[in-house]
Amino acid sequence: MRDISLHILDIAQNSIAAQATIIEIQVHEDRCNDILTVVISDDGKGMDGQMAKEILDPFCTTRTTRKVGLGLPLLKASAERSDGYIHIDSKLGEGTTVEATFKISHIDRPPLGRLDETMVSLIVCNPEIEYIYRHITNKGEFVLDTRDIKRQIEGISITQPEVLKFIGEYIEDGIEKIGGGVIS
Amino acid sequence: MKSLKELEEIREKTLESVNIRTDRKSTRVVVGMGTCGIAAGARPVLLAFLEEVNKRNLDDVTVTQTGCIGVCRLEPMVEVYTPGEEKVTYVNMTPEKVSKVVSDHIVNGQIVREYTIGAYDEQDK
Repeated sequence: MRDISLHILDIAQNSIAAQATIIEIQVHEDRCNDILTVVISDDGKGMDGQMAKEILDPFCTTRTTRKVGLGLPLLKASAERSDGYIHIDSKLGEGTTVEATFKISHIDRPPLGRLDETMVSLIVCNPEIEYIYRHITNKGEFVLDTRDIKRQIEGISITQPEVLKFIGEYIEDGIEKIGGGVIS
Repeated sequence: MKSLKELEEIREKTLESVNIRTDRKSTRVVVGMGTCGIAAGARPVLLAFLEEVNKRNLDDVTVTQTGCIGVCRLEPMVEVYTPGEEKVTYVNMTPEKVSKVVSDHIVNGQIVREYTIGAYDEQDK
């Protein structure tokens, strides 16, 4: 994966596959402590203890087309390469939380990438899922909740091109306003 | 003789059909968004389809996603479903190829053969 926004898009696919109805994505750029934390949590079907233990193994996957799954192992490698870690918390029937950290100043830390594009892609492909996107920096916080958007556009679909365009720009703008989006 | 194995197939088919929208009147563009697809560049392809469909006001076209399509080395892959016609699978997609697929195939009904999985197979031989 070229950047963290693509990891997020990828890990959120697990939530979608787990029949989540709400997916919460949080990006926290803590420059004072030099730590970037990404948390993806869902209310999907969760995993039992055994699966949660094995999930970081590339040969553990739920897909039926082949026997390897690389999403979480790739994120783990990416985090550990930049002095971070990955932590997975899951309860069967309740949901899963994946947390990954990166040392911001580490030379191997991937750039954040286009979080607006990741969110628009997630929304257009699965408009029935509610997304909460939260971006925190030392300057402030930006939150996007698709339930708020849907309330605002009642009667039309969130997948309308104009709505999507707005969402993309709104996120880009919101992140910029709080000085977010660690570049390289 | 019936075996319990068939149940597995029925189960998988049912799971797959969850991805297929019931609204069959429209053309559906399905982008493979497994880890393989995303790593190979599925997101810019998906967004290029959205932009092109929007530019041409193609209200009856739905852009959506599926997981890993199964031939990871040919990602990004895109499947185009047109009512009454066979599914067309495009491989090694790029944002640059998208406008031709939309104009030739989705608008004018002419499949872009050189981008399809069939054309790729022949090159391989």
